[in-house]
Amino acid sequence: MSSAQAALEGGVQYLRFDRYHRVLHGLLMLSFLGLALTGLPLLFNEAPWAAVLARVFGGFHTAGILHRTFAALLITVFSAHVFRLLYRLFVNKELFILWGPASMTPQPRDLVEMLRHMRWFLGLGPRPRFDHFTYWEKFDYWAVFWGMGIIGFSGLVLWFPLFFSRFVPGWFFNIAMLVHGEEALLAVGFIFTIHFFNSHLRPEKFPMDTVIFTGRVTDEELREERPDEFERLTAERALGSLRVDPAKPWVLPLGRTIGTVAVAVGLTLVVLIVYAFLS
Amino acid sequence: MKTAHCCLAALVLCGLSSVPAFARTPQTTAPKAHANDECLACHGDPSADRPVSPTVFGGSIHGQAGVTCVDCHRDVATAELPHAEKLATVTCATCHDQPAAQYDRSVHAEARRAAPATSVAASCKDCHGAHDIRPASDPESRTYHLNLAATCGRCHGNADIIRRGGIKIGNVVQQFQDSIHGIALRKAGLMVAPACTDCHGSHEVLRKTNAGSRIFRTNVPATCGKCHEGVQHRYEDGIHGTAMRSGNTFAPVCSTCHTAHQIQRVDVDSWKLQVLRECGSCHTESIKTYRDTFHGQVTSLGFVRTAACADCHGAHDIFPKRDPRSTVSQARIVSTCSKCHAGATPAFARYDPHADKHNRARNPTLYYAARFMTLLLVFVFAFFGVHTTMWFARSVRARHAAERARPPAPEEGTDTTDEAEKKDE
Repeated sequence: MSSAQAALEGGVQYLRFDRYHRVLHGLLMLSFLGLALTGLPLLFNEAPWAAVLARVFGGFHTAGILHRTFAALLITVFSAHVFRLLYRLFVNKELFILWGPASMTPQPRDLVEMLRHMRWFLGLGPRPRFDHFTYWEKFDYWAVFWGMGIIGFSGLVLWFPLFFSRFVPGWFFNIAMLVHGEEALLAVGFIFTIHFFNSHLRPEKFPMDTVIFTGRVTDEELREERPDEFERLTAERALGSLRVDPAKPWVLPLGRTIGTVAVAVGLTLVVLIVYAFLS
Repeated sequence: MKTAHCCLAALVLCGLSSVPAFARTPQTTAPKAHANDECLACHGDPSADRPVSPTVFGGSIHGQAGVTCVDCHRDVATAELPHAEKLATVTCATCHDQPAAQYDRSVHAEARRAAPATSVAASCKDCHGAHDIRPASDPESRTYHLNLAATCGRCHGNADIIRRGGIKIGNVVQQFQDSIHGIALRKAGLMVAPACTDCHGSHEVLRKTNAGSRIFRTNVPATCGKCHEGVQHRYEDGIHGTAMRSGNTFAPVCSTCHTAHQIQRVDVDSWKLQVLRECGSCHTESIKTYRDTFHGQVTSLGFVRTAACADCHGAHDIFPKRDPRSTVSQARIVSTCSKCHAGATPAFARYDPHADKHNRARNPTLYYAARFMTLLLVFVFAFFGVHTTMWFARSVRARHAAERARPPAPEEGTDTTDEAEKKDE
């Protein structure tokens, strides 16, 4: 990358999410929004907007087909992710993804950083020096991971009740129904408020963090937000290998558009859910 | 319209007998009754004050039978002509004593007795006509089967009369015309479809609170059963019919679920959704737990391609679960589920379609699963709610401090930062 180009694009950039990550996250967004839009009308069937939304998607039968289609997509995304993890672990022997500063596994330092972060909230200490994954990012990841397991499995039980009735007792379907709805509420509520805020809407990132679309963080961002990672990578002399050219010019506008639509749909659904709860 | 009805009321009061004041000739003593020709000499003229068309009267049942004018207008039978202006009210009971006796017991007669001067309630001629009365078998007749709704509708479909008569049910004819019975009469011309009188009676229309009425609650199944005999038998065998006969005043009769005048076809969506709410108006717990299931959520959204009450429990022949005849009994539940879920097994049928997550005794696993999920949701949203709020507040303050710290000269900058720090503390 030429220095002129770097200046134009706002400096040196490092790769945080590769194309595999970005595409999977994009498909995850698509399927998640699709599942929420086609599933929430059932959960909030008594709210006046529910029937309208169900009809927008062609009535409950068509909405049901769409819901299963998005579910199949999400299961594919989940499988692709797990497949890649296993590949990295067993073929590439990248054991660092299991433990350590670049691992998604919750570790003691996450608890410490969380407490320090909250101390900073209260103005009682400095901001913690985060590494590759912060504790809230790990929570986001594992919440979705757990959620997909629970909601995916219960969804499959409800999708193929006759098949599952060969292995599980009748009351299992009652629980599957309950858990599918409650977990959906948790997932939708969490992603559309907490995740949106943590990753996009908080003042440091407002209106959105485009790293998930471009895959790139600037040198400045890395030093400021993840000083431990910056120092670790510098010490490991690994920073250079992470330097990348800026994203293609169409990536950022496309990402911003997708992000804006997703946030708009998500926040609208939150408003509708709150309305349903209040009325 | 109003004037017409005032006239109608006035006519009812004084009969059809008032004639213009041209009776000035002194009386004779001739006892011979007037022939129709004599009457028609004046009244046959269409421009007369009280015209009577000879052809209309001639075509009427009375005209055909040779009943003369003075058979009804008795007080002018031998009166000198031109006769007095006001004539006595015609009394149909003179000949038709049996229907008249029935009419006397009816809600119409009752209303007329209560307010003789102002009542708008129907008398004989309001339904049958006066000079143009035709037999009920005549398609021209007001009491012809296919014309009955319109005949009753002259009052029960008339806003003004409904208001003046204090008729609580309102424009019931409009409701009826759109019902399955109304459509059968109106569009299909089905003579076997019921018109008003089939359920209410004709001369002896009684209030539904009157135990002798055909529409008194416990008489309804027999009234509907006149046509729907097979359904009546099934209903009477079923839990609702049994409860009704044993004196349970909450037990539904036909009209409780089907309504009286707005009966719909049972294969339309609106019916399926409506009857669900109807079942739920008594079975409040069952409808609540039903709404927690996929079946209930789908119908709540207004779609019917899923199980509603009757799909599992049956409609008229509903039995308690312990009764082997019940569609939800142990013996039959699998075949009931199989109606939609082809290949359902006994294990599949052990799903509880009315599970109650608040009922630990009935659904213990569901109860604890619901508790767990609630705790999980409350914990996650409470924790991150607080976390996010604190973060937001801190971020906003930090950015304000940074903005104030940046542009000014070094000494001033230090001051501002200090201030910001103090504020933050």
